[in-house]
Amino acid sequence: MSTKLIYFAWVRERIGKPEEDVDLPSGIETVADLLRWLKSRGEEYENALQYPDVIRVAINQEHVGHREKIAGAREIALFPPMTGG
Amino acid sequence: MAGAVVPAIRIQREDFDVAAEIACLTKGRADIGAVVTFSGLCRDEQGALSALELEHYPGMAEAEIGRIAAEAVERWPLQGLTVIHRHGKIAPGENIVLVVAASSHRQAAFEAANFLMDYLKSRAPFWKKEHRADGSEGGWVEAKEADDQAADRWKKHSD
Repeated sequence: MSTKLIYFAWVRERIGKPEEDVDLPSGIETVADLLRWLKSRGEEYENALQYPDVIRVAINQEHVGHREKIAGAREIALFPPMTGG
Repeated sequence: MAGAVVPAIRIQREDFDVAAEIACLTKGRADIGAVVTFSGLCRDEQGALSALELEHYPGMAEAEIGRIAAEAVERWPLQGLTVIHRHGKIAPGENIVLVVAASSHRQAAFEAANFLMDYLKSRAPFWKKEHRADGSEGGWVEAKEADDQAADRWKKHSD
């Protein structure tokens, strides 16, 4: 099953695209696993996800922590800490 | 209080009219005793900034502000609540965000508006990018630790 990944702000700029559909390899169970796998996909990902701890994640448009399981996620968004208001 | 308050939430590119939004909440009612509004504006940072570009996550922005507003309605006896957040390019002096909280008494209205803003800052999916007045590329505004701490003070002890 393919999963839609969406990027915002400097995560989007560094990866070089606003979104993509990916087929997650088996063994990617949590948000932390996903970040680790993405980081290995090339220089632009390495650059965007250099400090995974600062990356905020939403699954199906709700904030989640890095230990959250990603099974069944349709849409996973990665972004920096928010600066609205 | 008759019926549950349904917060009005709008994510929009266009400007808003603060007086019109207050009137919209209070029109035809005689039970509201307090209206607190907070407006957030774009600063020029002593002339260094020519604009802010606000990026947002369509869909989640509405959903997340909706969750924060629902919590405010649950925690304080509000009679009306409006939250408007703009996106796109915003020039210094222009509006960015508006919270209007109406209640019988001032304390609930003050606290709910304060809570809304603290949570919007750290949980609503918006990101500000600076456009510099000298034409050089501005960076993304960095999140402040103080904003996270401001949101944390509203946490209930059971959280």
